[in-house]
Parts: sequence; C-alpha cells; structure tokens
Amino acid sequence: MRSVCGLGPAVLAAGLVLGCGGAFAASAEKGKAAFIQHGCWQCHGTEGQGGQAGARLAPGPLPIETFTAFVRSSNRAMPPYPEAVLSNDDLADIHAYLEAIPKRADYKDIPLLNQ
Amino acid sequence: MARKHPRPQVSRRKFLAGVAVAGAASAVPPAQAATTTSTSAAPRRPSALPPTMHVAAAESGTPKELSQARIGGVPGSDFMVDVIKTLDIKYLPSNPASSFRGIHESLINYGGNKMPEFLTCAHEESAVAMAHGYFKVAGKPLMTLCHGTVGLQHASMAVYNAWCDRVPVIVVGGNDLDAAHRPPGVPTIHSAQDINGLVRDFTKWDDTPVSLQHFAQSFVRAYKIAMTPPYGPVAISLDAGLQQEPIRNNGEKLYIPRYVPTSPPQGDSGAVKEAARLLANAQNPVIVADRAARSENGVRLLVELAELLQAQVIDQGGRMNFPNTHYLHRPPTAVGNADVVLGLELTDFWATVNAYIDNGEHGIGVNTSRVKPETKLISINASELLTKANYQDFQRFQSVDVSMPADAEATLPALIEAVKAAISADRKAAIEKRGEAAKKAFAEGRDRTRQAAALAWDASPISTARMSMEIWAQIKDLDWSLVSVSGVGFNWPNRLWPMEKYYRWLGASGGYGVGYGAPASVGAALANRDLGRFSVNIQADGDLMFAPGVLWTAARHNIPQLAVMFNNRGYHQEVMHVQRLSNFRNRVANLGNDMGPIGTSIQNPDIEYHKLAESMGWWAKGPIKDPAELGPAIKEAVAVVKSGQPALLNVWTQPR
Repeated sequence: MRSVCGLGPAVLAAGLVLGCGGAFAASAEKGKAAFIQHGCWQCHGTEGQGGQAGARLAPGPLPIETFTAFVRSSNRAMPPYPEAVLSNDDLADIHAYLEAIPKRADYKDIPLLNQ
Repeated sequence: MARKHPRPQVSRRKFLAGVAVAGAASAVPPAQAATTTSTSAAPRRPSALPPTMHVAAAESGTPKELSQARIGGVPGSDFMVDVIKTLDIKYLPSNPASSFRGIHESLINYGGNKMPEFLTCAHEESAVAMAHGYFKVAGKPLMTLCHGTVGLQHASMAVYNAWCDRVPVIVVGGNDLDAAHRPPGVPTIHSAQDINGLVRDFTKWDDTPVSLQHFAQSFVRAYKIAMTPPYGPVAISLDAGLQQEPIRNNGEKLYIPRYVPTSPPQGDSGAVKEAARLLANAQNPVIVADRAARSENGVRLLVELAELLQAQVIDQGGRMNFPNTHYLHRPPTAVGNADVVLGLELTDFWATVNAYIDNGEHGIGVNTSRVKPETKLISINASELLTKANYQDFQRFQSVDVSMPADAEATLPALIEAVKAAISADRKAAIEKRGEAAKKAFAEGRDRTRQAAALAWDASPISTARMSMEIWAQIKDLDWSLVSVSGVGFNWPNRLWPMEKYYRWLGASGGYGVGYGAPASVGAALANRDLGRFSVNIQADGDLMFAPGVLWTAARHNIPQLAVMFNNRGYHQEVMHVQRLSNFRNRVANLGNDMGPIGTSIQNPDIEYHKLAESMGWWAKGPIKDPAELGPAIKEAVAVVKSGQPALLNVWTQPR
C-alpha cells in the first residue's frame, strides 16, 4: 500500500487532485476490482502482463506520477481516461494493485519455455 | 432456362458415343453408377412418429417430374459431372438445396460420390470456408454448390474472405431461370435473374451457362481463372432446367476443354533489374512479406534472397513466408531502420510504412511514418491485377519507387539472379557484416520473447502464452500443422513455435469476417488428414458461435483435429472501440452485468463448448481454468486425435 497524498507535482498537473483531508491509502485489493471494472484487463491481462493489444504494466509498474500522466493524457493506442471515467481514487488503487504483483519468474526456470 | 425438349430422343448410349473428348486431361471414362460411397453412414433411426401415407409417399416415392417418361435420356447433369471429374476436385462441401438437385443426384449416383465427394455442411458459409482452408494446405481448389439466392447469401462472407485472402474457390449456385415452368412458391422465391451479381464485386469471374457445352467451357474456364495467380474465387450460376433436361440430339458433339494451367505473371525485366540495383546498394534493406509464398518453394526462394542480401525479413503472416527460427527474421519495427523496403504481396503497403493511431483530437486518428523520408520502396504484388472499385480491400494508396504488378514467388528467381549480378565485390564485406549483427539481434529478441511469455505463467484464467506452450509440448514431435488461429487476440505460436515449413502456418481469413476459423480449420484438417499430418486449431469462442455446425461435419466425415478453445468469453476486438468512444465522450462504459461494455461479452450464461462439441460427435473436455490441468488434458486429447477422432478442449483464457 502507498499513500497517494505524497504525489508529486506531475500528478497534480495531470489533474489528479485528491481529497487529503483524511488519510487515504491506496488499496491493492480495491485496485484489482477497479482494474477489472474499468476494463484495463481486456488489453493488459488480469495481472497486467500485457500482450498483443496492450503494454506490460506489471510487475514493476511505472512510477505513479508517470503512470497517472499517461492514463490521463495518452495519445497512443490507449485512449485517455478522464477523471469522469476513472476517478483519482480508483486510479491510485489500480496502481497499488500493479505494484503488489510479484516479480516475474525467469523464463529459464520454466521448463516449457526451454524446449 | 426454358425446358425446350420435354421428351428428347437421345439415348444414353448415343450420348456417350457422341461426347468428343479434347485432350488427354479430359479423356474421362464415363463414371460408373455408384454401388458404394466413400463414407459410411450410420443406420437411420426410426422417426418418433410414423408418417402419414401422404408424407410417406412424398418422402419415398418417385417425384412426378422424375418419372421415366420425363427423363427420356441422359440427364444434362451427368455430362456436368463428367466435366467436373476432369479437374480432379476431391471434395465438395455443401448444404443440400433443391435448385441443384439435378447435379446433386448425378454426383452421388452417376459420379459415385467420388472426385468430388459430397461433404454435408450445416451452413453455406462453412462450406466455402472449408474450401478456403483446404486450399491453403493442399494447393488445390474445391467446389461448392449452394442455392443461388439464400445459399449464396449465406456463403457470401466466406467468399469475401477467400477474395481478400487470394484463395480459389469454385462456387456454383443453383438457380431456376424459367419463370414460366419452374415450380411456384419457394423455388420461385429462391430464383433470381442474376445470382452472381451478389458476389461479383469479390469474385474474379462469373458466368451463367445456357447450354451444356457452355457449361463445359465455363467450368474449365472458371477453374483456370481461379487457379491463375493472383488466385481468387469464381462463381457459376447453374440453371435448374439445364441440370434436369436430357441431353439434346441436335447434331452437336459435346466436348470437354482440356485444362492447361496458366503461368503466373512475372515482373518486368527492367523493373526487376532496378529493384536489384536498389537492394544490392542498400545499407539496410528490409524485406516484408505477406502472401509472398504460395508454396514451400516460395519459402526457399525468400530465404535465398534474404541470405544473399543479409536483409532482415518481416513476415506479416498472410502465409508462412519465412522461417521464424532464421536469424534474419524480425518484428515489424525493423522497418524503421530501412533505407530500402521490398514489399512482397502486401495487403497494405501504406500501413507497413505508416502508422495509424485511433486516438487524438476528436477521435479522428493520427498518421505517422514508420520509415525515414528517403527510404526507397519496391512492391511486387499480383493483387494490383485484381483491383475492383466497390470493396475497399486495396487499402490506402501508397506511392512506391518500383512497382511490379506481378506474382512474387514467380518473380523471385529472376530477382535473385539480378541481385547476384548487381552486388559489386566491394559490397560483399559490408553485407557479410550486416549478417553478423543480425545474428546477435535475433538471439536477444528470442530471449525477450521468452521472458514476456513467462509473465502471468500461473494465472487463471490461463495465459495465452502458457496455453500455447502446453500445446507445443504435446505436438512438437508430430508432423503438425496449425490450421487456424481464429480471432486476433495473440500471436504466441508464431513467436514461440518453430515455423519452418509452409504448412505449419496458414495465415488468417483475409477479409476478417468472423466465423472463418472453425470451418477453415476443418477444411485444412481434411487436407492434412489425407497427407498424414496432425492438425491443431486454436479456436476462438466468438468465431465458433457463428456456425458451430461445422463440428458435426468434421465428426460425420471423420476429419480429426485438436481444437483448443481460446475461450476469453468476449468479443475483445470490439471492447476497446466502445471503451474508446466512452472515454472520448466522458462517459463511463455501461457494463450491465458483464465484464465488458454491453454487447461485447459472451457470458451469462457461459457457453459449455465441450458439451456443444460432444453433442456433435467430438471427444471433448472442459472447462479448464487451472493451468496445471491443461497439459495432461492436451495429452489425452492428442491421443484421441491420433486415433482419428476430432477432440476439443474448452480452455478459459486470458483475454489476449
């Protein structure tokens, strides 16, 4: 878990204005649900592994500032997600979920990938 | 056409003596009346209800129009069968219809249901797609018969796929033109003035024969046109009266024209020389191939050219053009460093050297170049000889520096010789050095691919990379052929399985008409069965649901294949279109009770594909959601397929 109240200026510039009156902590568990609810999994896979339709997001996601800026203003294959579509809280939770995904296995340890 | 001679005076013996056969290829012995068929039907089960006398008479009695008095001679459709038999067409997938009952009867009785053998299909679209898949393995076309109106309407999407994929299929539509004599009611509803008009925009040629001799010329011509590169579907409207009428004794001797293959169009010698000059002097030539190879020889020629130049090759996958285990094999991004690009039978040259991003202001889209401004472009593409106006399969216009409207495989030998002559002695060292760099880059790319495949390895639903490698583990020692990867969700087999022979990979549908995968896989598996190969089909769920009846056709005609469902429970190609527009319009996409925007999911209820397949005579198992269970299930299924039965595994997968 990480607190999103410590976000840098890039995030704020990208429009991620959070209500920090209370202690808001991003939740990986909620993030997993939001990842599905907002359709991220459709292109990036349920574990953010990526594929032909979407880039790899995890493990080791982009720093949240960069991640947020991209989601809000993407001009690549992914359309931008405005706050009206994907709230700041959900976005922070999604990032927390991606951060929680464990480091990938080395393919050399998977027999089927060494045939 | 009109039935002009209800009581013809020609005897069967006189007809057979009178048929003048032209040339060795058409010297066909009269087919024997069938006493056996090549397929064994199960004993017919009794109906649950006994038929009334009227129904029994209608079902089992001789129709009035077929009484001996009405036959009065050799049916015209018997001669049609003689014509068809000269062309060695092995199978005829079709859904039965009254408008071609004359030739249907001749094929199975007079023709003995051999060459071609009638394969019963549950949908005309399936029949054409089976022929499509069959050709890509066998290199020989099939014909199909359909109702000229409703049947051809069903078949039309599959004809369009064949057109876009440059595959020959001979489509024969039954039609009853004689408005004064054809039966009223449904047969009249099923007739039209010009049935071929329905598919004329996406067939190479069509005809409406009005005599038996006309039919003989039309059919051989249709076959010849379909089989001349660039290949493509053709259509013949077959009049019901012409089929059923006895052969007329009007003094004319019927003959069957001899089929002689047309040589494929080769590039102009001057253009070939200029292309060779550009390639030989390039610093970084890149070859891009889509439907370049029409045969194993095409693959061999492309390897020879690439090695001669040490040029990187991007295989766009319309066919298996270039071995993915070769060190010169590259991903599409390799085009960015090229100073010369040779495009071979590209569906879309514009999109090869440009990118379109479906984004930007107001959702209009953004165009960017993938190549440097000074890059020289060479095109060899026989499809330029087929361009028609209506359907837009010719894509955006791309200016190129050397353009050859010619067949790539036929032009490669001349181009190879011209390149050999154009490479100066002082260029040879630089070319060799280019090859060394390519070997290093290839090894690095191979590692990256495997590392990407390891992601989500143990995920459930099962990752598409994991599914691909679980399949590979069970088939790698067999002479396998990947007969279909329907949908566009992933490309792991192309990245992880060694594709080194032409029949390992068959390409996609061409027109992206969904519903191609399942029937094309059955057609390709049929060709592989006859060649003793093992067929694997990675079957998308949405694709199968268009016409699942082809599963029954596979079981009925003993066509084995291993079908592994790519069951992602949605139309994922469409999901992002709705999501994109929702985002542009500042709206949250409405999911309803599903996992994708309303209209894009295939769930609630989930489809039990294993039960669907079982009901049609397949061995089947599923749903498999745990990746640990997948390998043993595939092993079991492979054993079933090796015994000659089709087998399906219903696997829940990641979306892509």
